[in-house]
Amino acid sequence: MSTFWSLWVIVLTLACIALCTWVLFANKKVAKRDDADAENNTTGHVYDGIEEYDNPLPKWWFQLFVGTIIFTAIYLVLYPGLGNWKGILGWTSTGELAAAQEKAREQYVDSYDAYSKMSVEELSQNPEAMKMGVRLFANNCAVCHGADGGGNYGFPNLTDNDWLHGGTPDHIKASIVNGRNANMPAWGPTIGEEGVAAVTEYVLSLSGLEHDATLVPAGKEVFGTICTTCHGADAKGSIAMGAPNLTDDVWLFDSNRETIAGTVRNGRVNRMPAQKDLLRDDKIHLLTAYVYSLSH
Amino acid sequence: MSQSDEKNTSSNNEIRYVNLYESEAKIYTRKVKGFYQRLRRYTGIPLLLGFLLMPWLVIDGRPAMLFDLSERKFHILLVTFWPQDFMLLAWTLIIAAFALFTVTVTVGRVWCGFTCPQTVWTLMFIWVEDLCEGDRNKRIKLDKQPWSAEKLVRKGGKHSLWFLIAFVTGATFIGYFYPIRDLLAGFIPTISLDGIVWDTPAAAIFWTFLFTAFTYLNAGWLREQVCKYMCPYARFQAVMYDKDTLYVQYDAARGEKRGPRKPKDDYKAQGLGDCVDCSWCVQVCPVDIDIRDGAQYECINCGLCVDACDAIMDKMNYPKGLIRFTSEDELETGKTQFLRPRLFGYFAIVLVMMSLLSYTIYTRSPLGVDVLRDRSARMYRIQGKEVHNVYTININNMDRQTHTYRIELEGDLPYSLKKYHAVPISEGEVFTLPIRIAAPRAAIKKEKHDLIIRIIAEDNPALVATESTVFMAPKAR
Repeated sequence: MSTFWSLWVIVLTLACIALCTWVLFANKKVAKRDDADAENNTTGHVYDGIEEYDNPLPKWWFQLFVGTIIFTAIYLVLYPGLGNWKGILGWTSTGELAAAQEKAREQYVDSYDAYSKMSVEELSQNPEAMKMGVRLFANNCAVCHGADGGGNYGFPNLTDNDWLHGGTPDHIKASIVNGRNANMPAWGPTIGEEGVAAVTEYVLSLSGLEHDATLVPAGKEVFGTICTTCHGADAKGSIAMGAPNLTDDVWLFDSNRETIAGTVRNGRVNRMPAQKDLLRDDKIHLLTAYVYSLSH
Repeated sequence: MSQSDEKNTSSNNEIRYVNLYESEAKIYTRKVKGFYQRLRRYTGIPLLLGFLLMPWLVIDGRPAMLFDLSERKFHILLVTFWPQDFMLLAWTLIIAAFALFTVTVTVGRVWCGFTCPQTVWTLMFIWVEDLCEGDRNKRIKLDKQPWSAEKLVRKGGKHSLWFLIAFVTGATFIGYFYPIRDLLAGFIPTISLDGIVWDTPAAAIFWTFLFTAFTYLNAGWLREQVCKYMCPYARFQAVMYDKDTLYVQYDAARGEKRGPRKPKDDYKAQGLGDCVDCSWCVQVCPVDIDIRDGAQYECINCGLCVDACDAIMDKMNYPKGLIRFTSEDELETGKTQFLRPRLFGYFAIVLVMMSLLSYTIYTRSPLGVDVLRDRSARMYRIQGKEVHNVYTININNMDRQTHTYRIELEGDLPYSLKKYHAVPISEGEVFTLPIRIAAPRAAIKKEKHDLIIRIIAEDNPALVATESTVFMAPKAR
């Protein structure tokens, strides 16, 4: 707030308080004419034949009013309210939020600390820890991997013990902390449409899916020259490259002919975002254990 | 504050200044014994004892009555109520309000006079006042006296006793929200080298003292002003009266013309009525009104003036009931038309609502289930010959024991449930369980299928919750 608006607020606020105080005390006494009808002590207001008395307010009522004015004065000294005045308590809403978050963290710090000292295998057998894991996973991972970790189109299934980047606790933790990048180049320009079609049939045959057997030998040849670099000579994939195993009928994308051909032709870029700046270490440790427990 | 000393001047345009804010005149009530006072005592003492002892009562190792605000659970006798049962509380309060209206139509403001905590505590405090300072005349004299040792002892004793009662009240009240044994045990701080440590949370101590202070102020100082200026019920109770409502009234036809007389006089010959104008009914009144002026909004139907007047009538050997609980109808025609449509209406409403509430509480299932379909990149997952949908089931075990639940499916398709971990869910726990439901692609005819998920306690098949949701699938091409 600029100085002008700050002053504007201060003047308005204080003027209002002063006005309230003045009204309260200025009307403390009213003039009464002696010849006024003592019996007819009304304000003169009449609604539906109901008249309004002009009785004095109870004293405690007046004192309550004074009390609120005093409260206002004290409040405006202690807390921010007068323009740029910060209040001598230094209270801020962000500070309050931080305190509340700290309090919430302290609530769980004991369990987190205890869990952080346990191994992933041990944690994955601990039902209480896994109940926390379910919630952590639901809040941070389920959007892509599904609430049950069963994956989605383009997002790996975490429950089937088939790992793109390795399934040991260390591998899983590394995936969460640093994220993963896996690129498959687009081979369409290199091998041409016939090559794409042939390789597709060969890949289908590897998982025992319905395929055109006449194209398989040609496909196998193309596969041997290009694809084995990442997917391996036996097409069982490589966790170092994040290259999928093509022989187990587990598909990151769909297993139909068009999808596979599209992958070969245009390549794939898959990325898991790094969580190290988003989640604390103790939470990542617990999540690792939870993901581990999904397939063990 | 009169600025002119001449009150009785006939000077027509003399101007006086009057203070707009007035202190209320202090009311000194006379002590009185009688039927209605006994009635109040014998109905009030059990209720008070109930209020004082309830927080101490323990059933199965848990407080019988505890409104646990931090856990957001209300433990009432054998049932635990959760935030989602809030409607029941709302209905309970609505029923209480209607029951109050019913009572008001029947016998006026007897709630105020006999059972309202404000009145009960005020009368308790007046009893203490009487004990320490003596009856009405003595109190008036004592207040006028200059300070002396005796006055100090009497006043000090009164206020100490007031504070004691107020503290017991405050601590008991907070005992409904925080286990009372811990509350009181933690009240005595442990003083060591580390400083002064209270075991009870500061908030609980703060609220206890706040309620102590308010009990003291309300029953000691504010008293009838709460009923006159603050209580909303007092503002609108008058509209519920009808001509057959029983409330405290002065039988003017019998009493007028009032005036003093000797007991042996033939007062009728003097043209006097039964009222001897002793003003006892005014002196005992806790709201300081003269009941002989007719019905007034301040009157709380406490019956003190009835007892006072009956005592005088006894002394004079006149029949009782010059001031009595009666209706306008009776004073006019001599008969009260007690059974009337308005009363039946109120009773019927209260009865219907009470039965509905009892039924709802009786059939309430201590198992809450929410089913959420996964909202992710795709509506469903195709895995070979199957379509999968993922759901998150929140199982809320509101029972007072641990249960393991199993899941049953029902609906349009031959659904099957993928592996999930059934774990025991302890009392008061909300458990999140993600499940994956599969259906064969061959069976699918449309995009949206009905699916009913049933959660059943393994140890008690009657404990079941049914949730209907949908199963999404690609239309068969």
